[in-house]
Amino acid sequence: MITAVRKPMEEIIACVEPYDRILLVGCNECVSVCSAGGRKEVALLASALHMHFMKQGKTMDIREMTLERQCDPEYVEELVTSVDGADAVLSMACGCGVQTIAARYREKPVFPAVNTTFMGASERQGVWSERCQGCGDCVLGITGGICPIARCSKRLMNGPCGGSTKGKCEIDANIDCAWQLIWDRLKALGLERRIEDIMEAKDWRTSRDGGPRKIIREDLAS
Amino acid sequence: MSDTFEPEIVAFCCHYCAYTAADMAGSKRISYPPNVKIIRVPCTGKVDAIHIMKALEKGADGVYVAGCLEGDCHFKTGNIRAAHRVRRVQALLEEIGVEPQRVEMITMSAGMGERFAKTARDFTEKIRQLGPSPVTTAARDSRRRAVS
Amino acid sequence: MKTESRLEKVLASGALAVTSECGPPRGAVPEKVKEKAELLRGSVDVINVTDNQTAMVRMSSWAAGILIRQLGLDPVLQMVTRDRNRLAMQADIIGAYSHGINTMLCLSGDHPHFGDHPMASNVYDLDSVQLIQAVVKMRDEGKFQGGKDIDHPPKMFVGAAANPFADPFELRVMRLAKKVKAGVDFIQTQCIYNLDKFETWMKGVCDRGLHEQVYILAGITPMKTAGMARYMKNRVPGMDVPDEVVKRMESVPKEQQPEEGIKIAVETIQRLKEVKGVAGFHVMAIEWEEKVPEIVEKAGLLPRPEV
Repeated sequence: MITAVRKPMEEIIACVEPYDRILLVGCNECVSVCSAGGRKEVALLASALHMHFMKQGKTMDIREMTLERQCDPEYVEELVTSVDGADAVLSMACGCGVQTIAARYREKPVFPAVNTTFMGASERQGVWSERCQGCGDCVLGITGGICPIARCSKRLMNGPCGGSTKGKCEIDANIDCAWQLIWDRLKALGLERRIEDIMEAKDWRTSRDGGPRKIIREDLAS
Repeated sequence: MSDTFEPEIVAFCCHYCAYTAADMAGSKRISYPPNVKIIRVPCTGKVDAIHIMKALEKGADGVYVAGCLEGDCHFKTGNIRAAHRVRRVQALLEEIGVEPQRVEMITMSAGMGERFAKTARDFTEKIRQLGPSPVTTAARDSRRRAVS
Repeated sequence: MKTESRLEKVLASGALAVTSECGPPRGAVPEKVKEKAELLRGSVDVINVTDNQTAMVRMSSWAAGILIRQLGLDPVLQMVTRDRNRLAMQADIIGAYSHGINTMLCLSGDHPHFGDHPMASNVYDLDSVQLIQAVVKMRDEGKFQGGKDIDHPPKMFVGAAANPFADPFELRVMRLAKKVKAGVDFIQTQCIYNLDKFETWMKGVCDRGLHEQVYILAGITPMKTAGMARYMKNRVPGMDVPDEVVKRMESVPKEQQPEEGIKIAVETIQRLKEVKGVAGFHVMAIEWEEKVPEIVEKAGLLPRPEV
């Protein structure tokens, strides 16, 4: 999923302060699952904002809405009447959702209430870790199902580096050394020799380096 | 104004401990301040952050969540979850400039009528010292201005 | 002979090579580079010039390398893949070679986290193994990474680092094998304090015949104080300093500790000279370059051969 964390209240407050009527929009997808911008977080943020402005003797009109999927124009269309009654939109979705709203409602200011962080997986309740960088040319099949690009701090394709210590990364003892994980997994699969296969210099064109990416499925896009 | 200030306190009390303890305090005729409004919940694990926030938003000067002693939760870890949520609300309050001490997690067993009463007295006193919630003060003031 | 590199010539002659390093200054002070390099004249064959070591900005390796070259000494261009993409790296390699720098060391580099620019983007377009491949391709095929021909390809003698002590240990020989497969000519190892472990690694290297495909220079860093020994033991990732080394440093009074550190370095060289597969020594005296001649002399590695 795409993970996110709420921005500091100070930053959010500074964005919405000039307005009287705010439409606060959550998303039921990824940010809901990682407890950053679903219905519950929308309610909490609305309450915190209410209290902040009440403290200052200001009544802030905050309308709460949580869409099924904020990165989809079909759902963003549902905001059409609510947007009219608001001076600005505050979005708790990932950057994709914020931009979908901005593209649809061109004359309404939109502010992000969360920082979109990474594509990750849930390790356990309340803990999410980065797992994928969307490089566009997946190598998991040869690295034992562990991504060196997302999980090695130096994104080494031929690791581990000399800083791997007791299975942990040299930059932080809380980070697993991706190449230790890869090695352990290759061993478990009986594929030790694979570690000596050189992974050639990567063609980063499929990644963000090739410019903004787009997928067009002719069969669906007609 | 602070001389006459009577804080509004909301206490979310677990049915299996704090609520029963409140009952016991009553039957033993141990008095506790009338400022405390008790809301009975099946388990403090049922108290969500938004419930605490809404209580404060609607005018409470302080909120506490009273659950079972650690390890004694009827639903195993409801009280632990409640404690985490209280901490989360405290952090959020701090971010918007509201004293985090206005929210607290308290634990007790069903037999602790005395402790229930003492907790209610202590918490009420603590909030009395803190003064009215800054959230409602401004709103009250502006209402008063509008009336006069 | 693949190159004009002095290091290659010394190694090919069968003599034990001696290399050292010089960290460029954090400012536009060319005199500093020259001073440090002069301290090493006559005691070493080539001088590594570090590349933004520990992820701190310093005078660039190729620029400091040119200053050293101008003194008639031989620099080794260190290059980390952290700061530049493959366009910039290939450009610097051609540039350095145009100024007479013909030996280089391919590294991934310390993560920016360790330096004073933790906010910097870390590039890693290539890793160290891929950089070796790139430089070898430039030299042997005369091709850029993009596939086009190079007009007068740079002929670099290509080195890389190896850390026999990092985890997982069982992978350490394999990782060297991978660098050999990539075409590396020489290896400079991490500083060696745990000699038994190093010898175990070397045995693994020789068992696979890797010592016949690559020259291995053993890394030596003299310790100045017991505090430095403890720091390296506890704080430097991938460093293996056994307790007895720390104890030995602690066992002498503070003013004698530098001397003891040098003694340990010399003894280490003397023992490792006998180890099969060791082709020379890389003496890294961090901000203590003036002691390198003494260590090299005491270890019986002087005079340096004329090649």
